[in-house]
Amino acid sequence: MKYLCLAYGDQKKMEKLTKEQFAELVARCKTYDAELQATGQVVSTGSLEWDYVALRPNGGKPIVSDGPFVETKEKVGGVIVIEARDLNDAIRVASLHPAARMGEQLGWWIELRPYADACHQ
Amino acid sequence: MLATLIRLLGDFDLAEDALAAAFAAALESWPDRGEPANPRAWLVSTGRHKALDLLRPRARLDASLRRLVERLDRVVEPREADEIEDDRLCLVFACCSPALAREVQVALTLREVCGLTTEEIARALLSSAPTIAQRIVRAKARLREERVTYQVPSRAELPARLEGVLSVIYLVFNEGYLASSGPELVRVDLSSEAIRLARLVVELCPEPEAEGLLALLLLHDARRAARTGPDGELVLIEDQDRSSWNRAQIVEGGQRVARAISSRRFGAYTLQAAIAAVHAEAPDEAATDWEEIVALYDLLLVAAPSPVVELNRAMAIAMRDRPERGLELVEGLLARGELGDYHLAHAARADLCRRLGRRDDARASYGRALELARQEPERRLLERRLRELGPGSEPRQPPAGLEAGLSANEMRVQRDGERRSGDGA
Repeated sequence: MKYLCLAYGDQKKMEKLTKEQFAELVARCKTYDAELQATGQVVSTGSLEWDYVALRPNGGKPIVSDGPFVETKEKVGGVIVIEARDLNDAIRVASLHPAARMGEQLGWWIELRPYADACHQ
Repeated sequence: MLATLIRLLGDFDLAEDALAAAFAAALESWPDRGEPANPRAWLVSTGRHKALDLLRPRARLDASLRRLVERLDRVVEPREADEIEDDRLCLVFACCSPALAREVQVALTLREVCGLTTEEIARALLSSAPTIAQRIVRAKARLREERVTYQVPSRAELPARLEGVLSVIYLVFNEGYLASSGPELVRVDLSSEAIRLARLVVELCPEPEAEGLLALLLLHDARRAARTGPDGELVLIEDQDRSSWNRAQIVEGGQRVARAISSRRFGAYTLQAAIAAVHAEAPDEAATDWEEIVALYDLLLVAAPSPVVELNRAMAIAMRDRPERGLELVEGLLARGELGDYHLAHAARADLCRRLGRRDDARASYGRALELARQEPERRLLERRLRELGPGSEPRQPPAGLEAGLSANEMRVQRDGERRSGDGA
C-alpha cells in the first residue's frame, strides 16, 4: 500500500530566514532524511516551488491563471511517496520526516493520505 | 520477531523502526551473501543493532535514552524457541494493559498480535482508518509514558491480568459474531481472529478460564452458519437447523469445557461454555437438559452475579418447569428496574406471555423491546413476532401469529459479554 506525504510550510516565515539559518535548517533536515531513507520504504521524494499556475475548466475549456487564489499561509513544499503495510506503518515512517520533527515555528506539518497508483478509481 | 524486539527495546515504535531497517538490510545483503542459517535470529540481531544506530544520535540529546542504549549493548542473543513464545505472550499482556481503555486494547491487540492492518481493523470495527490509527498511536505513547514492562505477569498478578486479556478476546469475538450483517462485504472475520487469539493464549498460558473462553467461542461459532437466514435475519436457537452446526468444533468445545471444569479453578467463561455445550449437545429444544442448564446458571449467578444472568436463568426455569414460573421471575426482575431499558428483558416477557396465550401483554412487551432494540436483525425478528401475534384487541395495533418464541438465547450471551466488559472497563 502506498501513502502520500504532503509536507506543508509557511512560505512567508520561510522566506524570512537568513542564508545562515536556512543552511542550518537544510543541514538538520539531511540528518532526518537519512533516517527516513534508511527505512527502505521511501518510493519517491520531491520538493515544490511556491509559485504555481492554476488550470480550471470553464465552458469545457481550461482557463489558466497564476496562483495563489486564496491566501493560504501554509503550502505544500515537499512530496514523498512511501510504501507501508498500513496506515500506522505509514505514520511511523512519516514521523521520521523533517516536517514531523522540526520547523514548528515555520508552520511545518505533514498530511498523510493513502495513495493509489491508478487514477479515477 | 516484532514481539521479541518490542520486549528487547521496550517500545513499539522503535521496534517497528528497527525491524523495518533490519528487513531493508536483509534485502541488501541476503542476495549477495546468501540467507543466514537462522534468518529470524539474524533479523532480531540486526534489528537490535539498527535500534542502537537509531538511538545513539538521539541519546546524545536525551539522557533517558542513554540507559536504554547501555542496556541494549548488553543483551544476549539469539534466544530459544520457548522464549519466543514468551515474547508473544508478553505482547498480548502489553496490548491488554490496564493502562489502556478497552476499545484501545482491542485495536492494539488486533494489529500487534493478530497482524491485521489499520485499514482492516477500521473496516471490521466499522470505524475510519485515521480514527483507528490515532487510537493505536496514542496507545503506544501511553504504554511508553506508563513505562509498561514487557513481561508475563507474576503468579499473583496473573488472574487479574488474564481476565483483562480474556475480556478483549471476548469483545473481539462478539464484534464479529454480531456484525455478520454489517454493510461491508469484505470484512475481516473477527470471530475467527478471536478464536485464533484464544488458542494462542491457551497454548501459552493454559489457565482453566482461558480454556473455558476458547470453549465458549468454539461452541458459539459452531452455530454460526445456522444463526442467520437467507436474508440475513436472525434465527434463534430453537429454530436453527442443528444439522448445520459444526460438529468438530462442538466436540472440541465440549472436551475443553470438561477439562476446565475438572480443574476446579474455573469461572464465568467456563460456566457459560458449559451452558453452551448442553445446548450444543441436545438434539432439539425439547430434549435439552434444562435441569442441567438451570444448575449451571445457579453457579454462574454466584461466579458473576448480574441481572442478565438472572434473566437467562428465569428463561431456563420456564423451560424446565412451566412458563408461569419463568414469567413470575422475569416480572420480578423488571420490577426491580435494572433491566428496564434492556430490550431482551421485554422480549423475554413477551415470549412467555405469548406462550401463555396472553396476547395483549405479549404485544405490549414486544413493542417495548422494539423501541429499545438497536440491532437491525434483532429488530426484524421482533417485528416479525409482532406481526405473527395478529391485530390486538385495541385499535391500531400491529398484526398476529403464534409459534416460536423469542427466548433469544443467541443474543443473550453476547449481552452478557457487553455487561461484563462494561463492568471491567
